[in-house]
Amino acid sequence: MIITQKKPIEELMDMLEGVTKVALVGCGNCATACQTGGEPEMQAMTEYLATQGIEVVGTVYPDECCHKLLVKRDLRAIKDTGYEAVICMACGDGTQTVADNVNVPVYPANNTLFLGQVERVGMFNEYCKMCGDCVLGSTGGVCPITKCAKSLVNGPCGGQKNGKCEVNPENDCAWILIYKRLEATGQLDRLGKTRRDKGYANVAYPRHINLRGKKA
Amino acid sequence: MSLLQRALESGKFAVTAEMAPPKGCDFTEQLASAKLLSGKVHGVNVTDMQSACLKASSLGLCIHLKQAGVEPILQITGRDRNRMAIMGDVLSAASFGIDTMLALTGDHPVVGDCKDTKPVYDLDSVGILTMLSEMEATGNDCGGNPLTGGAPVFFKGASVTPVYEPRLLQINKLRQKVEAGAKYIQTQGIFDLDELKRFMDDVAAAGINVPIMAGIIPLKAAGMARFMNENVPGIAVPQDMIDRLAAAAAEGKEKGVKGLPAKLGMEMAAEMIAKIRDEHLCPGVHIMAIGAEKNVPPILEMAGVDISK
Repeated sequence: MIITQKKPIEELMDMLEGVTKVALVGCGNCATACQTGGEPEMQAMTEYLATQGIEVVGTVYPDECCHKLLVKRDLRAIKDTGYEAVICMACGDGTQTVADNVNVPVYPANNTLFLGQVERVGMFNEYCKMCGDCVLGSTGGVCPITKCAKSLVNGPCGGQKNGKCEVNPENDCAWILIYKRLEATGQLDRLGKTRRDKGYANVAYPRHINLRGKKA
Repeated sequence: MSLLQRALESGKFAVTAEMAPPKGCDFTEQLASAKLLSGKVHGVNVTDMQSACLKASSLGLCIHLKQAGVEPILQITGRDRNRMAIMGDVLSAASFGIDTMLALTGDHPVVGDCKDTKPVYDLDSVGILTMLSEMEATGNDCGGNPLTGGAPVFFKGASVTPVYEPRLLQINKLRQKVEAGAKYIQTQGIFDLDELKRFMDDVAAAGINVPIMAGIIPLKAAGMARFMNENVPGIAVPQDMIDRLAAAAAEGKEKGVKGLPAKLGMEMAAEMIAKIRDEHLCPGVHIMAIGAEKNVPPILEMAGVDISK
């Protein structure tokens, strides 16, 4: 899940300077779970903007805000409402997807933080850096790219103290987690292997994937 | 051939010291220390923004030392430079006759004094060593393109933290460093020689064959020891050492004599060095005096270590 956090409202109000009519776009998926772009947050935003003299003339709540055709369809319903700008209450992907579909300014209500696990309602943990070259098979299912603050792939640095990371003592040292996991699963031999550096040439962004093959 | 390499390969007791570049562009103090260390050690590690605190670059002081007649050991971390920048620095170093290096991962910027810095970590210590080994073997740069005039050869080193749980994890990384081309190892500061001995036995049992130089940090005061125990990963100063330093401070206060704890710290360092040499625990020592480099020659003298013999 893409984890988002609300921007300070003052930052959003700065972006909206001079705007009197806006449309709100939420997201029925990640941003709803993050309590940043669900229906209650859209309602609260509408009420707050009214106190600031900004009228919400249309709201859109797509199942997923990162889905271009879905967003396009949903936006069509409010195209004649006279909005001067759109506030997107989804992630950065959603905000750009909305911008791809309208010809007015689109402003993000949220900061997009990480790809995370939902531990419980309202509790999120960063779990994947989307590095494009998954190492989990040799690290006991514990990601050193994400859980090691230095993304070390060949074992720990010397910076742990009592099993905690030098960068943030609230975090466990990823390599000690990996060690314990490999030990528990009888796979300590996998520690011994130095990971061949695959370089960064294959992760030059922005990347695209097309599963549709060549057009006929 | 690297002076340190010659010492280790000839079976001489090897000695290295350590020095940090200035936080600024005045190298006077470092050059004064260099004069004192000249002829007393087989090399001087020049730190690469240790503790992630900004200093003049390691390469800069290495060049100064080389020109002052002291053999520098270029420390390289992966924190601030990607593989191209590291290789570029190594090539420049070689052009000044610098032939010894030490690879480290590097402390994270958030523990340092320029916290907004973007950490790089393109390569970790193993990655740096692998890249340089491949450069030497192929004559090519990090992109596989031939280097003009061939590749320089470095005596490559790495570090290890003997006081570490789980130790197997540390020993495994040591193995990876050696397989990646490390020809010598310096340890984190050691204060308990029994602990060091157990570590050396574990390394031998793991079949890792590389000269390991014991890290020695001369203590200056009980407070310094307590601070390091609490804040520096891999450091464990035994309580009796702390008690002796505290007693020396009390004695100094009573007699109105300054510097007794630091003097005791030097004596304890010298005792450890002599014992490491006499009992063949390690083939050499790496002395980290942390700003008190002038104390290194007297410590060596007290330990009866003279590299000219």
